[in-house]
Amino acid sequence: MAGKPVLHYFDGRGRMEPIRWLLAAAGVEFEEKFLKTRDDLARLRNDGSLMFDQVPMVEIDGMKLVQTKAILNYIAAKYNLCGKDLKERALIDMYTEGVWDLEIMILYYPHMPPEEKEASLATIKDKARNRYFPAYEKVLKSHGQDYLVGNRLSRADVSLVELLYHMEEMDPGVIDNFPLLKALRTRVSNLPTVKKFLQPGSQRKPFDDAKCVESAKKIFS
Amino acid sequence: MTRKLVLHYFNGRGRMESIRWLLAAAGVEFEEELFETREEFEKLIQGGTLMYEQVPIVEIDGMNLVQTRAILRYVAAKYGLYGRNPEEQAWIDMYVEGLRDLSDMIMFFPLSLPEEKDMNLEYILQRAKTRFFPVYEKALRDHGQAFLVGNRLSWADVQLLEVILMAEECEASVLSGFPLLQDFKVRISQIPTINRFLQPGSQRKPPLDEQSIGTAKDIFKFERGMFLKNMSTIVAEY
Repeated sequence: MAGKPVLHYFDGRGRMEPIRWLLAAAGVEFEEKFLKTRDDLARLRNDGSLMFDQVPMVEIDGMKLVQTKAILNYIAAKYNLCGKDLKERALIDMYTEGVWDLEIMILYYPHMPPEEKEASLATIKDKARNRYFPAYEKVLKSHGQDYLVGNRLSRADVSLVELLYHMEEMDPGVIDNFPLLKALRTRVSNLPTVKKFLQPGSQRKPFDDAKCVESAKKIFS
Repeated sequence: MTRKLVLHYFNGRGRMESIRWLLAAAGVEFEEELFETREEFEKLIQGGTLMYEQVPIVEIDGMNLVQTRAILRYVAAKYGLYGRNPEEQAWIDMYVEGLRDLSDMIMFFPLSLPEEKDMNLEYILQRAKTRFFPVYEKALRDHGQAFLVGNRLSWADVQLLEVILMAEECEASVLSGFPLLQDFKVRISQIPTINRFLQPGSQRKPPLDEQSIGTAKDIFKFERGMFLKNMSTIVAEY
């Protein structure tokens, strides 16, 4: 029987968080090996585990996968979260990529130089309220179904709900103007696997705080 | 009868170029509607087909597909360029994602602040020669096959050729030190569909010049010099 996937990253959200969410939503147990020092990263680089000398890296099914998108694509396909055919997958990809465009701004935000944060936060709030949330609300309204694509859970729903939680931290109350998004968040949050992941003590990571940012700087400098 | 496949973009490479390459390599004919002004772009936005008010957008198989990766994955899968199983797909994804990091740097280079151009160019070439090209040289050396994945042409090969040619435009000798990539370049260029695309008169776009940079900036309202800000993440506003 194959071992559990092993995630290699620092102990924070960064680019690994969407991967944690997707594995958790799929009900997949995983282990984490946290980089704590530059030496930890150097070791991974020196033993050839990192194709582009970068993390995230996930050991899964005998492969050492790098590149966030590659990892997410593999997991989504393996656990049937990509729709039933190519066209559904295209829609799912279109939605997931949009979520990512906003999510990466949020995930990077704690690690930005302080003098740039204010402008970035303003952009994030503006994009969420005026570009992305209206787009997804419109999708849900257009078909009236419980999930974004094909009337069943896909990676698009998981990544969107993750985004909604993260956005709530940046802009409390933002979701109040989007009733269908709010309903989707509730629905997905009540799925047993997601519910478990939302409990304290799960492998979900909190907002990258100053200590975490400092640690990441040391590792990646 | 509806048109088969229509690309909407400005008259330049940008993020649409990888899509043009992939369609061409697959031997798929496509039409282009290229806007030249901010007004034309806004008309497209008002048309309501752009999910995030962004391009690229490709009309294909009854869908208005936006988001470069969504479009590329659909085209790659539809035309058999995405591997034959999940593992091959994972390798292709890793390779194309790595190439995207490099090609983004090259793509945004013309938008550098003038005083940072030299520094940015040096950074790009250093990355190409020390982080990226060695990976692909090694991949070809390790399995000794003609293609990157699964011993047949895939999206990864098409993308690699595209990026090699872009890098050579930055520095003609960038592939010295990479003999297998040099062979690869010749070999993939000779594939009939790709060879056709490399001929003058094809839908392949030239690199940005002074004029087209100005046009792109007007259309997309780029912030000046914001590209190598985050090292690994390109933050471009459009």
